[in-house]
Amino acid sequence: MRIAVLMKQTFDTAAIISLDANGQIERQDINLIINPYDEFAIEEALRLKEKHGGEVTVIAAGAPETHDALLQALAMGADKAVLVTDDALTGADEYAAAQVLSKLLGSLEFDLLLAGWRAVDDASAQVAVRVAELLGLPQVNVVTKLEIEGDKAVATRDIEGGCEVVEVPLPALITAQKGLNEPRYPTMRGIMQAKRKPCQKLSLAELGIAASQVAPRVKALSYFLPTPRAACRLVPGEAPQAAQELCRLLRETAKII
Amino acid sequence: MAKGIWIFVEQREGNIKKVTYELLSAGRKLAEQTGEDVSALLFGEGVAGLAATLGEYGADKIYLAEDARLAQYTTDAYSKVLSELIKAKEPSVVLIGCTVLGRDLAARVAQKVSTGLMSDCTGMELSDGQLVLVRPIYAGKAFVKAVCPEFRPVMATIRPNVLNPAQPQAGRGAEVVNVPVQLEKSDLRQFIKEVILQVSTRPELTEAKIIVSGGRGMKGPENYKILEDLADVLGAAVGASRAAVDSGWIPQSFQVGQTGKTVSPTLYIACGISGSTMHLAGMSSSKCIVAINKDPEADIFKVADYGIVGDLFEVVPLLTEECKKLMAS
Repeated sequence: MRIAVLMKQTFDTAAIISLDANGQIERQDINLIINPYDEFAIEEALRLKEKHGGEVTVIAAGAPETHDALLQALAMGADKAVLVTDDALTGADEYAAAQVLSKLLGSLEFDLLLAGWRAVDDASAQVAVRVAELLGLPQVNVVTKLEIEGDKAVATRDIEGGCEVVEVPLPALITAQKGLNEPRYPTMRGIMQAKRKPCQKLSLAELGIAASQVAPRVKALSYFLPTPRAACRLVPGEAPQAAQELCRLLRETAKII
Repeated sequence: MAKGIWIFVEQREGNIKKVTYELLSAGRKLAEQTGEDVSALLFGEGVAGLAATLGEYGADKIYLAEDARLAQYTTDAYSKVLSELIKAKEPSVVLIGCTVLGRDLAARVAQKVSTGLMSDCTGMELSDGQLVLVRPIYAGKAFVKAVCPEFRPVMATIRPNVLNPAQPQAGRGAEVVNVPVQLEKSDLRQFIKEVILQVSTRPELTEAKIIVSGGRGMKGPENYKILEDLADVLGAAVGASRAAVDSGWIPQSFQVGQTGKTVSPTLYIACGISGSTMHLAGMSSSKCIVAINKDPEADIFKVADYGIVGDLFEVVPLLTEECKKLMAS
């Protein structure tokens, strides 16, 4: 089974976010990680390979340092990696990223496309779906259980208040939700092997895409940090008095119960 | 020129999701500023009867697509019908609730019509004739104001519970336009084998006005009963932090936070939750946060509006009793 996995490098989830002098998100001194949802996708790809045989290719578009995230995926057990990196991708939106990734995938053969259902940085949850549309693939999003049955995927996905089981023909896009699996850590041996695995780096020109084809649809006007919430009003007293006073505050001051 | 503000109606088995009313009200306000009409997009089977309600909440027109193949949501069927309709009518704005369904549909449609989509927005304003959307990024640790200047329609998914629905106007009518549903067999590749819904008398987490949530401090699955008692007095949903879910005390579907659900209730009561950045990511847009925690240094108190430093096993049952008295009065 040939499996392609879309992945993204994101800020560490514990990163403190600030703005630089130009009002942009400060990127200095931020620890970068594989988007946690993509780790579920990589892990699932590796498990499917272990079960059905085949090959796992990890794919990303982003800054040159995204190479580190791909190396980590190779260390986990992926077979090869491709990174599209180009200055013209600065300010790329989901539309632009999908153009690039679908073009790249168009030149690869695969039976299954996996990705995290969203990235923890922009939380858009769009790129993989847009790629699926561009490639004409069916999709199942926010999947917590995946079975491959011949040329079909049977996926259990989260819906509000429950879940549903969806069957789609392969090739298809499946996006991973927490609960799908428990991602492995790379072993020392895996880390050593990763350095010798193929990791291709492509520019837009090498991919055959003109900068005009990745013009973003959405533009960021400005960034701002949340206004700090007013200091917490600690309700004093022993538990019975505090509970009574809290109840009164919620009704009379906050007017919400 | 693109014209018209469109609101996607999310319904399951004839029950309209609350976020739809929130969007209709927001769309109405916007329409009054731009001089456009508000249209509701109602897809399903046997749903024509919902049209009147949508009119009362602010729709001028209902695009009604009735078809057995739309009875259950599938990306393939819904995205095809919606994108064809967009291509034919050229609206200026399409708003969809940021739910599991809404996210799934919106991204696919945005690509089909080759436009921009701003996801999980918590605010919306008209500035110099341009629709500006506000959306949290980095788990709510920053926000971006974004626009889609050159392409139409402007598409956005809006987080449930952040916009206030206006009161419906009884008798306010809307024109119903039947949409022909043209779907080929090859368009429909997803087959829904099974839908499993948890039976609960409590509201759904992402729609709940009040959430009572428990974390590591709950100490075990048996103790969730005290949160459920408080939730039931308040008509609230029950939630949990990652620590409680990872300990196996409560299913993943109850998790609020970065790897769980994003919620914006009017009142969020955090019991025995330390308030990690991961948890805050899922609930920091709550209007009022109450923290009950025995550790006065817990980070949850930094975001809480009201706090009680104390033992939740003592405080929560007392709070339940107090709320019961209050609700009865």
